Amino acid sequence: MDSRARGRGRAVSEFFLMNGHGAYVWSAYGITLAVLVLNAWLARAKHQSALQRARELAAQAEVPRKQPTVRRL
Amino acid sequence: MKLPRWFHQLGSPPYVYRLAERLCPWLGGLGIVLLAVGAFWGLVIAPPDYQQGDSARIIYIHPQTAYIGMMAYVVMAIAAAIGYVWRLKLAHAVAVSAAPIGAWFTFCALFTGAVWGRPTWGTYWQWGDPRIMFEALLLFLFLGYLALRGAFDDRDKADRVTAILAVVGVVNIPIVHFSVEWWNSIHQGPTILRAGGPAMTNDMLVPFLIMVAAFTLTFYWLLLRRLQAEIIEREGDARWIRELVAGGAP
Repeated sequence: MDSRARGRGRAVSEFFLMNGHGAYVWSAYGITLAVLVLNAWLARAKHQSALQRARELAAQAEVPRKQPTVRRL
Repeated sequence: MKLPRWFHQLGSPPYVYRLAERLCPWLGGLGIVLLAVGAFWGLVIAPPDYQQGDSARIIYIHPQTAYIGMMAYVVMAIAAAIGYVWRLKLAHAVAVSAAPIGAWFTFCALFTGAVWGRPTWGTYWQWGDPRIMFEALLLFLFLGYLALRGAFDDRDKADRVTAILAVVGVVNIPIVHFSVEWWNSIHQGPTILRAGGPAMTNDMLVPFLIMVAAFTLTFYWLLLRRLQAEIIEREGDARWIRELVAGGAP
């Protein structure tokens, strides 16, 4: 490994270490990213399942319903 | 007074559903791009703070998530109030959609605050710090709102009862905001919205504001997607929904 590549490797590891604050910074960003991804997934899943239920309702409506029978008193 | 047409259309579920369908790709796309740009800028390009060092990079997500949590609550409370007063179902649908997103972002604000507090104040959590306490209360208001909804089988009743909780709880929002001015707090005072302009140099202010915009767009993207689901659930087998699911791909 030449010295320039070593220097770059050190720069990258220094970036991740954040002068000793790495664990704090990366956990904060990591959790926030996880919450964003989770929320995007939750919103999408909710939308998809609502559409699916609407499709099932529409399919039911297309089947001709039996006429309600009126019982004479 | 004659209200403009678009104002009336905002009360119409099919109109709002289609509007959301058109807006969502833009809000989501732009939000994600700005989140990536802001995070890169904040983590790599922006300088470390001269006192706090690199831990100060949390400033590009912590105030933003806190602000989204508060905005979500205000959106929820206003929508709930409109729904309560004018018996507008669509407004209740907005309120219900905002609550879980607000809860998640408030959780984020508390978490990122804790891991910022440790290297900066020497503690993850400070009982008695007014801003931390009222922010925690905000999370419990969201969770209480959602739990209360869950207690009702009847949706209309849940809408009306939880609307009261949402509106009463909104008093907490100015308390969270002004807590650092009214009481002694280990939180810093206002940094951006203060007399004399932001107390932050541009190399930090630019990524800070990019992240504010990014989280705002992302919030409204999530809100509209949830609102769409909520509209479909509430409209049941309305004709326009039958046409919607019949016309779209499976």
